[in-house]
Amino acid sequence: MFSFLVTFIPRAVAQGIPLLFGATGETITEKSGNLNLGIPGIMYVGAICGVIGSFLYEQSLPAPEAINGFLAVVIPMLACLLGSLLMGLLYCFLTVSLRANQNVTGLAMTTFGVGFGNFFGGSLIKLTGSEVPSIALSATSSFFSRSLPFADSLGWFGQVFLSYGFLAYLAIIIALAASYFLKHTRTGLHLRAVGENPATADAAGINISRYKYAATCVGSMIAGLGGLYYVMDYASGVWSNNAFGDRGWLAIALVIFTVWRPNVGILSSILFGGLYILYLYIPSGTDLSIKELYKMLPYLVTILVLIMVSLRKKREDQPPAHLGLAYFREER
Amino acid sequence: MPMNKQQQAPLFHISKRKALPWYQAWGIRGAAIILALVVCAVATTLMTGEDPIQVYITMFEGAFGTSRKIWILCQNIAILLCVSLAVTPAFKMRFWNLGAEGQVLAGGLATAACMILLGDSVPNWLLICIMIVASIAAGAIWGLIPAFFKAKWNTNETLFTLMMNYVATQLVAFFVIVWEVPKGAGKIGIINQSSEAGWLPVIGGQKYLLNILIVAALTIGMYVYLQYTKHGYEISVVGESERTARYVGIKVEKVILRTMLLSGAVCGIAGLLLVGGTDHTITTTIAGGRGFTAVMVAWLAKFNPIFMVLTTFLLSFLDRGASEISTIFGLNSSFGDILTGIILFFIIGSEFFISYKLHFRTSGKKEG
Repeated sequence: MFSFLVTFIPRAVAQGIPLLFGATGETITEKSGNLNLGIPGIMYVGAICGVIGSFLYEQSLPAPEAINGFLAVVIPMLACLLGSLLMGLLYCFLTVSLRANQNVTGLAMTTFGVGFGNFFGGSLIKLTGSEVPSIALSATSSFFSRSLPFADSLGWFGQVFLSYGFLAYLAIIIALAASYFLKHTRTGLHLRAVGENPATADAAGINISRYKYAATCVGSMIAGLGGLYYVMDYASGVWSNNAFGDRGWLAIALVIFTVWRPNVGILSSILFGGLYILYLYIPSGTDLSIKELYKMLPYLVTILVLIMVSLRKKREDQPPAHLGLAYFREER
Repeated sequence: MPMNKQQQAPLFHISKRKALPWYQAWGIRGAAIILALVVCAVATTLMTGEDPIQVYITMFEGAFGTSRKIWILCQNIAILLCVSLAVTPAFKMRFWNLGAEGQVLAGGLATAACMILLGDSVPNWLLICIMIVASIAAGAIWGLIPAFFKAKWNTNETLFTLMMNYVATQLVAFFVIVWEVPKGAGKIGIINQSSEAGWLPVIGGQKYLLNILIVAALTIGMYVYLQYTKHGYEISVVGESERTARYVGIKVEKVILRTMLLSGAVCGIAGLLLVGGTDHTITTTIAGGRGFTAVMVAWLAKFNPIFMVLTTFLLSFLDRGASEISTIFGLNSSFGDILTGIILFFIIGSEFFISYKLHFRTSGKKEG
């Protein structure tokens, strides 16, 4: 049992980190009142921008040994952040400045983002002329997944806690920082006010548009890092189309599961990650059909949380009151 | 207090328009589409190096090139229109039903279940009747569950319906393996290939004609329902303002439940058409993302079933054209998604200019 946990937990964590990135980003966005259903698309865009950055860097090297570890990490990260930022700006421009419907905009962005990711993923595959439908960027990705050097020598402790690439720890730090920001700083309070009742916040002098823009763009960048982690660390630099799957929607589900609290997200994302792959470990013999039912688990759990939250009606657990609604001052 | 700066009016300010005459509104949308196509052409040339005119010609050929292609286009339009009609009453009520995908799957699964389990034991006409009832019921129930929780406890329906999609997908995956033919193949294959039990009748030798006729009838039916019946009126009132609806005496919970029953039921019909009429099989991807596309189709058409025919046509045309482009030019098939996304962004953005008016600061005017 113990050895099962020691092998299972790191895998659950690896599944959970993209969800944690996505959920933290989306929580910050939703706190401002923007329901960004484009997060799955943004995670694809972040991932593919990281891949493009990494690919261009590797192509520009005179020789494979000349790889600079620092640049190998920074260039894909910057590319990823830039791509996600642009997507976030697009969403904000449409929903905040042009007051478009948030659900439709988000779904259009998901269509666009997934198409964008798959298109460039496919093009890069064609450019490298590889026969397999995937590109492998093993040189740069090895820097992402490099764990602490002494992790191996610490046995089970090292395997469970220390064997992850730096992006995983970054995710946890960002989640903790986001949680602190929302609950214990003045700016976080203003942000929450914008999401709960923008009319009142506006009357108090808070610049609604600026907070919505900032929250959505920061949220998009964080979510994009989730895509980057998936490709560079989990998938070891191998991009294949649609490999990321529906994890973006699971991240949105995780936001509700954590009741809009990023610090709860840290453990919950590992739980979700574990539920996502639990079906691989259930000893059901040759009965493959039961495994399909197990795959339902994360979604059923989320539905339960949704129902429970609406039943208890505790004010701290409710979604931001103005989530999904545009704000127009003249209609106040 | 020293007044150093002249108080200036802001560069522009926004005010809400009264309703525009319909030709102006559609003029703005048309301009947006043309602008979007220009941007798409630029994007196409940049990303692929192909001549954009050639790309557009290929798109047209992909959609209309041969009579077979035209039938396929009409079939795609029919199914997408069916799902869009399904989500329309829900959206008009501001019930964000993102679960159409799952509801279609539920209807399709029920249809497949009937075909597989009852295919040999029941005469064909009775089988088809049972299939119709089962698929409508399955879709309706799948839509009713989130509606129930929303009506009673105001549970967030956007996320509930989203999650139900995945539950439905996994249920289908489960049954696909339970019924798989041959064993271990992981898929069901064509159901009742030899006996054609439960296959919806083919009219006039054209495989897709029945679907098109049924959906055409549904379109008119939905339009009449929303526009001219008491239920449709109640839906509009609840959508505009729930408070007003309660004040007027409309039972909002009943409207929510009834409308989602209808929404799920029509999705069930779409599932029936897909499984019984066209594909004769069931897979987890048989809905093909239409549940999400339908949201955009319905929204673009301002929830008017007649306009929906146009928006469905636009999106299906883009889809068919894009797959043609990818085959002919060797471009990735996802390029179509990028084009669709760009056009959608422009249309979404153009709605701003229809609903709001920009007033620019006129220079030289001073307050008296």
